[in-house]
Amino acid sequence: MAAPAPAGGRVKNAPRHPAFAPADARGAGGQLALAARARLPVLRAAHPEQFRAVTPKRLTVVGVVLAMTALLGLGIWRLEIEPARLLSGFGRLLHFLTLMVPPAPAPGAGLATVLHALAETLAIAFLGTGLAAIIAVPLGFLAARNTTIHGAVRVLSRRGLDGLRGVDALIWALIWVSVVGLGPFAGVLAIMTGDIGIFGKLFSEAIEAADRRPQEGVVAAGGSGAARVRFGVLPEVLPVMAGQVLYMFESNTRSSTIIGIVGAGGIGLVLAEMIRTLEWGAVSMIVLLILAMVAAIDLVSGRLRRAMIGGSGAAA
Amino acid sequence: MAIAALPLLPPARLAPLAAEYGDARRAGHRRVLAGAILVLVLALLSGWVAEVDPALLWERGGHFFGYFARILTLEAGPHAGSLVLRDPAEWLWGLPRWLALLGDTVLMAYVGTLLGCLGGFALGLLSAANIVRSAPLRWGVKRALEFCRTVPEVVFALIFVIAFGLGPLPGVLAIAIHTLGAQGKLFSEIVENIDMKPVEAATAAGASWTGMARFAVVPQVLPGFLSYALLRFEVNVRGAAVLGFVGAGGIGQDLVEAVRKFYYNDVAALLVLIILTVTLIDAGTGWLRRRLLGAA
Repeated sequence: MAAPAPAGGRVKNAPRHPAFAPADARGAGGQLALAARARLPVLRAAHPEQFRAVTPKRLTVVGVVLAMTALLGLGIWRLEIEPARLLSGFGRLLHFLTLMVPPAPAPGAGLATVLHALAETLAIAFLGTGLAAIIAVPLGFLAARNTTIHGAVRVLSRRGLDGLRGVDALIWALIWVSVVGLGPFAGVLAIMTGDIGIFGKLFSEAIEAADRRPQEGVVAAGGSGAARVRFGVLPEVLPVMAGQVLYMFESNTRSSTIIGIVGAGGIGLVLAEMIRTLEWGAVSMIVLLILAMVAAIDLVSGRLRRAMIGGSGAAA
Repeated sequence: MAIAALPLLPPARLAPLAAEYGDARRAGHRRVLAGAILVLVLALLSGWVAEVDPALLWERGGHFFGYFARILTLEAGPHAGSLVLRDPAEWLWGLPRWLALLGDTVLMAYVGTLLGCLGGFALGLLSAANIVRSAPLRWGVKRALEFCRTVPEVVFALIFVIAFGLGPLPGVLAIAIHTLGAQGKLFSEIVENIDMKPVEAATAAGASWTGMARFAVVPQVLPGFLSYALLRFEVNVRGAAVLGFVGAGGIGQDLVEAVRKFYYNDVAALLVLIILTVTLIDAGTGWLRRRLLGAA
């Protein structure tokens, strides 16, 4: 079909195949397009639905976008987002940024204090995650359809877990501080309380997704209900659970950096104090140390998780 | 009977195999034991650093449940001493104010999510390997996104409160920055996983870059983007509820005051309202997400 390419490379302004030649001044389409365009009235008459400029779907999209814009406008008005305030605020923010360099310790946030607070943060995350996992295992079994002891127990434990999960760790920290007093112990309990809800849900989902065949095998070989759970369910869900625990530990090293703001121990207390007293050098130092700690924990825990998945894969 | 019919290996061949099996099992047990000891040592160390005091918990642990009993018992009014549900009018005395604050909280989450997602959309495209060729640009954008999502929202809020003054504005900005970091990463992953064939088809048919993006990329990524944006909105509603703790607007300010000033019934009312709002929002966005994914 195509015209043979002239030997010795392309010749400038060589006549091209008619199909590729511009059909009109705008250069869109060729003979095919021309033919189609000639048939346009016929097509329009045959498929009026396709040629309507305003389709219901388009109307919905336009409506949704308009509604979202209106809501944004309401938000900007109601939340007092004013250009003047934004401008002066960003100016101040830039000024703070220049003060943040170089990162430096400050009175009340010496290197030793900060490192101790970081260790406290890690300890809160580790213990909170561990305790929550231990408490959540039985709850997870009770909340899973295939291992619960009774339907009512399952519904009850599900709702309980939902309630625990619906409240932010910072709110739990506030409540625990008023129970056991200021300090990292309240932080451990706060992380634990929030995590029980998350772990319970994750564990029960893992248990419900467990393969039925090993369980049927155990029962067929004469195993009791407990044996079915021990030998049919547990070997399959344990690596999944361990992975989830490690993942939550990573997430908790992040959340335990802030619960100090309400007095529940960790680096948050020092950081909030440094921000409030405008010690910007110390702020940037603490933020950098937090970033380094989170990156280190992610690295270690990611390695462990991969090793565990590989290990269970080899064992299976 | 069936057991007797099983062919047994002669002891001479069975013994080495059994020994090997035993060794393998013992090695496995040793590994588990070593791991358990390591975890135990770390736990004890953490317990020491975090000043864990089981005796204190034993002594005051009852207070935790007692606290919930107390916040759910009316403190004043004709029905003082009975469950808060006996007299909802007394319990929820501040409902109009709290509902307005809850509305503000949801609005903060909405505006923050919208701004963050729009920014995340742009930066996500800029850090997608199959769209942007410049490796240094991608690296820079990726590091910036990482910074935005690793620094906790509350820390941004604390700094913004000082720069912009008290009120919802610093809260909105904190949510927007954090959302930007989190969504940018997710969006760039979605874009990196698209089917490139429609892109090639559009390019081959002579589409411009914008035409290619509009007809080959956007239809593929839009359901994923919207679904993640809705999920992030749920997360941000929870986050916005506590930003008031540091003076960044929303219902958190009232909650923290109620807890600190021991207005027990108010604490219960605010907690119930927050949990209800979060549940409602979750249900609503869940319904929307299912419709979106169903339509896709």
